[in-house]
Amino acid sequence: MTVTPGWYMGLAAVLFAIGASGLLLRRNALIMFMSVELMLNAANLTFVAAGRELNVLDGQVSVFFVMVVAAAEVVVGLAIIVAVFRRRATASVDELAEMKG
Amino acid sequence: METYVTLVLLLPLAGTVALFGLGKRIGEPAAGWIATATVSASFVLSVVASVDFFAGDGHAEVVRWFEWMPAFGVDAAFLWDPLSAVMAMVVSGVGALIHLYSIGYMHGDPGFGRFFAYMNLFVTSMLILVLADNFAVLFVGWELVGLSSYLLISFWFERPSAASAGKKAFVVNRVGDVGFLVALMLVFASFGTFAFGEVFERAESVLSTETATAITLLLLLGAAGKSAQLPLYVWLPDAMEGPTPVSALIHAATMVTAGVYMVARTGVLFELAPVSAGVVATVGAVTALFAATIALAQNDIKRVLAYSTISQLGYMFMAVGAAAYVAGIFHLMTHAFFKALLFLGAGSVIHALGDEQDMRRMGGLSKVMPITFATMVIAWLAISGLPPLSGFWSKDEILAIVYGRGDAWLVLWGIGLLTAVLTAVYMARLVFLTFFGEPRWEEGARPHESPATMTVPLVGLAGAALVGGLVNTPFRLGLEHFLEPSFEGVKLAHPPEGVTPWVLAIVTTAVVLAAIAFTARRYLWAAARPAEEGRGWGLLRAAYHVDDAYGAVFVGLGAPAATWLADGFDQRGVDGAVNGVGWLTRSFGRWLRPLQTGFVRSYAVAILVGAVALVGWFLSRAGVF
Repeated sequence: MTVTPGWYMGLAAVLFAIGASGLLLRRNALIMFMSVELMLNAANLTFVAAGRELNVLDGQVSVFFVMVVAAAEVVVGLAIIVAVFRRRATASVDELAEMKG
Repeated sequence: METYVTLVLLLPLAGTVALFGLGKRIGEPAAGWIATATVSASFVLSVVASVDFFAGDGHAEVVRWFEWMPAFGVDAAFLWDPLSAVMAMVVSGVGALIHLYSIGYMHGDPGFGRFFAYMNLFVTSMLILVLADNFAVLFVGWELVGLSSYLLISFWFERPSAASAGKKAFVVNRVGDVGFLVALMLVFASFGTFAFGEVFERAESVLSTETATAITLLLLLGAAGKSAQLPLYVWLPDAMEGPTPVSALIHAATMVTAGVYMVARTGVLFELAPVSAGVVATVGAVTALFAATIALAQNDIKRVLAYSTISQLGYMFMAVGAAAYVAGIFHLMTHAFFKALLFLGAGSVIHALGDEQDMRRMGGLSKVMPITFATMVIAWLAISGLPPLSGFWSKDEILAIVYGRGDAWLVLWGIGLLTAVLTAVYMARLVFLTFFGEPRWEEGARPHESPATMTVPLVGLAGAALVGGLVNTPFRLGLEHFLEPSFEGVKLAHPPEGVTPWVLAIVTTAVVLAAIAFTARRYLWAAARPAEEGRGWGLLRAAYHVDDAYGAVFVGLGAPAATWLADGFDQRGVDGAVNGVGWLTRSFGRWLRPLQTGFVRSYAVAILVGAVALVGWFLSRAGVF
């Protein structure tokens, strides 16, 4: 049995679905963060798989961009979560609803 | 010549500017002396500049300052001809004496510096008006005169009556100014220029009788506003709220003479519109009689004089309407002398009695204030038209000319004669009530003769009122020859030849003397002061309720309209539109608000749905399904 790009795509889809449902169903900000990371990495997987299949470097370059952005986002996001946690002693996003209309 | 004319204008203007800026710091009495000095210097310079005219070999000169509105071809230009020279001399001469008088009269007033700044501005404005070489500059002076009269009438602005009198003068003048402004537009539309010289030269060929009539009637509306003629005279009696020297200035030298001067200046146009000239004369005659009857019954000494001014201005309008421009200007001049004198004398009396203006509480002042009394008597006889005082020559010339025109003008002559009789009566009443009889002063009043700064101008004006008429007598028509160059191309009306003028003069003098005797019997020799009661007196005292009628019509209709505009249109209409936009934005926002639930989850779902929809769209575009 050979591993075709289809498998990679399937794995990426599964990972993305897990991430998306985690984001939608969980309330803990940290878990939601991890779900976002999961979705980003699912996307990364499709990039490298496609790049390898088509034999171009663009896929890998895109992945680097995504990783850099994700890293930056984590820095800011975690700082916010820590700050909120210090203040509220909770990481549940449902309780952070002051801005609702 | 140019330098003189420029200085005549600039000196009072410099006084205005200096006193506006530094009036408070200069203080009393220096501010008054500076103001008096500038106006006196103007007078001296205008006399010097007129020397050629006196000699009879002068010619009109135009002084151009700068290009003002090139698009209309309008320069800031001033005309120095005999007519403007006479006006400039009257304005600055009488103005200077009134300034001098004010130093004494305004003594101790906290607004001393401001007062003289305004007074100088008034004289400057009037000089701009009379020296203008085109309608545009004339209009500038015209409006500045309105402004300075407003400032001076409401000089004691903390008094509500003074503030509203100032407003009234301004608003009523505005009504006249509308007519004046439209007339100027018609002039420009017809001639394409505002310059006097060109307009008058081409008037006959350019203007049809209809256009000339329209222009002149509109000019008359403006003149009626400024010169307090029917139906726009109502502001003048209220203008008494200002300090008395202001009344003297408004009534004698500046402001009210503007209308007469303007009609005389535009005589060429009035000649092309005989109907308008007739209207001018009729308005003048009716106003003269109307105001004279009101003056009979007033108890406020200044009000008598105010209505007297309106009446005398009626004479001047009658004269200029009858094309007797020289006679009109002559009466303007003599009237400036004796009316300034009357007002300053009245001011002296008011001052002496501690701001008492009611003649019922005067009386017996002849012994206490001999100088004021003597000068007032001269003014009284002058305005009554007794020979050889100034009023006799000017008034009789007007009456003789109007009589000489014959036909319907005889009616106007009759009205003029009747007015002369009434004038003699109300002036005699004023003098008898004020200076003769038993003192009826308020408790504690200690009348005294006024200081020299006030009596010197009185004496000066009395001299002018005494002999001022001699400049233009039938024996020697000095003023007429002097003014002739200004009225080239205008057919001046002259008194009839022969003995008629003399007969008329004797008739007038006789009836005037009879009227004075009648008044003396009633007020001087009678045992008790007449009651002056009854419906007739009440009607006259209330000035025929004209003010009330104007109030009912214009305020009665205007106030609801203004209320509707304020409460209805502004509050509901304008504010409604503004608030409506705000309301619309807010309610749209309120409708969108539920979208922001505050739950990250729902935003994530929205993003997911969006992403899926987008991907689906791309896929369907690519033909996957």
